[in-house]
Amino acid sequence: MDLTLKVWRQKNAKEKGHFETYQVKNISPDSSFLEMMDILNEQLIKENIDPVAVNKGCKSSGPVSFDHDCREGICGACSLYINGRAHGPDNDITTCQLHMRKFKDGDTITIEPWRSAGFPIIKDLVVNRNAFDQILQAGGFVSVNTGGVPDGNAIPIPKKDADESMDAASCVGCGACVATCKNGSAMLFVSARVSSLALLPQGKIEGARRAKAMVAKMDELGFGACTNTRACEMECPKGISVSNIARLNREFLCAKLKD
Amino acid sequence: MAEKLISHIPEGPLAEKWTKHKAQIRVVSPANKRKLEIIVVGTGLGGASAAASLGELGYNVKVFCISDSPRRAHSIAAQGGINAAKNYTNDNDSIYRLFYDTIKGGDYRAREANVYRLAEVSNNIIDQCVAQGVPFARDYGGLLDNRSFGGAQVSRTFYARGQTGQQLLLGAYAALNRQVAKGSVKSYPRHEMLDLVLINGEAKGIIARNIETGEIERFGAHAVVIATGGYGNVFFLSTNAMNSNGSSAWQCYKKGAFFGNPCFAQIHPTCIPVHGTQQSKLTLMSESLRNDGRIWVPKKKEDVEKLRKKQIKPSQIPEEDRDYYLERRYPAFGNLVPRDVASRAAKERCDAGFGVNETGLAVFLDFKSAIERLGEKVITERYGNLFQMYEKITDTNPYKEPMMIYPAIHYTMGGIWVDYNLQTTIPGLYAIGEANFSDHGGNRLGASALMQGLADGYFILPYTIGDYLSHKFAEPKTDTNHPAFDEAEKAVKEKINKLLSIKGKKTVDEIHKQLGLVMWDYVGMARNEEGLKKAIGLIKDLKKEFWSNVYVAGENGEFNQELEKALRLADFLEMGELMAIDALNRKESCGGHFREEMQTEDGETKRDDENFMYVAAWEYKGDDVAPELHKEPLNYEFVKPSTRNYKD
Repeated sequence: MDLTLKVWRQKNAKEKGHFETYQVKNISPDSSFLEMMDILNEQLIKENIDPVAVNKGCKSSGPVSFDHDCREGICGACSLYINGRAHGPDNDITTCQLHMRKFKDGDTITIEPWRSAGFPIIKDLVVNRNAFDQILQAGGFVSVNTGGVPDGNAIPIPKKDADESMDAASCVGCGACVATCKNGSAMLFVSARVSSLALLPQGKIEGARRAKAMVAKMDELGFGACTNTRACEMECPKGISVSNIARLNREFLCAKLKD
Repeated sequence: MAEKLISHIPEGPLAEKWTKHKAQIRVVSPANKRKLEIIVVGTGLGGASAAASLGELGYNVKVFCISDSPRRAHSIAAQGGINAAKNYTNDNDSIYRLFYDTIKGGDYRAREANVYRLAEVSNNIIDQCVAQGVPFARDYGGLLDNRSFGGAQVSRTFYARGQTGQQLLLGAYAALNRQVAKGSVKSYPRHEMLDLVLINGEAKGIIARNIETGEIERFGAHAVVIATGGYGNVFFLSTNAMNSNGSSAWQCYKKGAFFGNPCFAQIHPTCIPVHGTQQSKLTLMSESLRNDGRIWVPKKKEDVEKLRKKQIKPSQIPEEDRDYYLERRYPAFGNLVPRDVASRAAKERCDAGFGVNETGLAVFLDFKSAIERLGEKVITERYGNLFQMYEKITDTNPYKEPMMIYPAIHYTMGGIWVDYNLQTTIPGLYAIGEANFSDHGGNRLGASALMQGLADGYFILPYTIGDYLSHKFAEPKTDTNHPAFDEAEKAVKEKINKLLSIKGKKTVDEIHKQLGLVMWDYVGMARNEEGLKKAIGLIKDLKKEFWSNVYVAGENGEFNQELEKALRLADFLEMGELMAIDALNRKESCGGHFREEMQTEDGETKRDDENFMYVAAWEYKGDDVAPELHKEPLNYEFVKPSTRNYKD
């Protein structure tokens, strides 16, 4: 496949960014999207190694930076906004699981970073998602130390609760929900963690404190409010349900009422 | 130097060693813990659990990871589960049985005392994770569910769907976050350790590159813990994450830490095969698929040709023209032979020209008979998510056509040599999880990697490091203006400048791919003397080419992924060479290490207990000097090593 790529380039957080247009050729439809990006980068490096032979003497602005790691849809590092959609034109996948057969020969593909006030750009397509760590540090844990805990089977947990908790715990922390939300809200992310713990007896004890602390931190870090458009749910690669947001609101309200 | 290799295994009966040892080692008082600093490098299961636990104890911890968040460490990708000897299923499991299965699975090349301790603390891990809110799978009665895994006759694997590693890591990461909030742990994401700093022969700090800004920074401590995982990415293509690397461990080796059994690498038989030269990494398909899938290639070369040209579909090849080679060669175990055996058999067929995809490096894993026998519904219940994942990647419906699979590098059993306290040959330097060599011998059993990472981090290191630090609390904080830091920082900067100034003709990935091919061809599933010698020569040539003809784009003072890759590749080239040297030295076959000269008449591994019942611990002697081999004998006091048999 031959493709035209319009890629967001930005040298660092301070400088203004712009789109650059590149052509890539002979891309296998079986390649993943990130493998296509690898090929683009090899090409951009080659243009600088030997500009005359590769690109009529023109030098490129160097390889495109993008976050990626496991390339099997679980680490949550990859974070591309492709043709106006977080993780591109397929459902229930991260960018690394997107394959080129989803595109047609001759297509033009626009590639941007996550855009949100909560995620400042570091370089090109790489953003800073440290805010997610900070939100979880505010309360996304059960306060137990290592050792001195009861036997794993001491407290039976209904299978349904464990399964629902696992559904919410599938969140990979990629930030697609924030990038997709017109308000730049992190409610889906926060609610997934709050829910997965609130559904278990171990997490219930601190439920109220946790919900308040995490919401307060989210607000403090500049994420927007939720206006129930459900766009986050549509683009979540792990299918995290907005019913978690309802649960978070319930937890939060109960906590506030007790204050 | 031989006196450095003291394993410090406590005397006494196997089951009492750890208890006795814990009673004998020293502890640090709470007031003194506050004066002590510990650096933990890596935030996978080992690093995150260690940093959190040490923070809870009151130490001042600095934790480093290369990703943007500790949660992205590659432990997150582990699918299957975690073993523990709970015996919840009443199938006569016990600490001893888990110990025995692990030591046997490792083909008798691990320490009895370490493995027993691992089995002993396995139960605490499950309790700990449940308390943290890890949503393990449960039965309708609300109790924890178990499943079976390879190499065991009991059901002892705890799991959270196909995302066990993710859930355990999120548990450890949450515990870590709690300590960060309390201020006992300071987290440094997007930082890469580039050197270890020694003062008077003891580990006192690290030099790290801030990946976001390119700044070279100094960090001091009273002790350093390496938890940076394995070095499978020497092979370029592996199931490891793209950024997984061996550089931290390698810098420790070059500063004097011995490296144990570098040639022991695990090759997993069921990965989605390479689709072509554009491939960047390989994806694992769970081992559980071999319960119902049958592995085959065509008997006729003309069918192979037609398959490669896509003129026929695999389902059109009649039964009589299929070679179910595992069932043919291993009638007793069939498709459920251990990982190393299944991997070698697939390679043998592909080398003979029967590989079924365009690259000739794939075999079929077919569910046709299982679907006929059980119906599609049952297969969906058992493997639905894996089938869907396979279809997303390959665009082939595995209900209609067989899956294509091929072996891939998955895990390294070798690593930094450590004693029973997990301390390396450098005082104050510890190595935990996949980064050390200690518990899996020549082959790791499924669902044991998670167990080891968390055992080391939650329950072993926090005790043993106290013994060392109990002598250190009177020492002031490490001064990062010490000349040792100047020297290490200067060396790091020179290395970076050198890499950036070569401006050669080859990209980092091009050279890495070449290294990967050499490793795969000569230091992969089947090794022999001639091939290993050839590999050593080829790697030396590649190393020369790298240092004279690589092109590293960009500059140091910026976010620069090409520079990160180049720094890691510089070390992979050296690690690959040491793997080949170790494989050449070990003239026996055991576990994942298969020397073609050392096989039975049936093509199985042939150990040589008389000459190789030892841990090969290599000492760095200089860049162009051969490393020195030290041997730690393995004394089997409690178990009698035997031969594994899968045919009858």
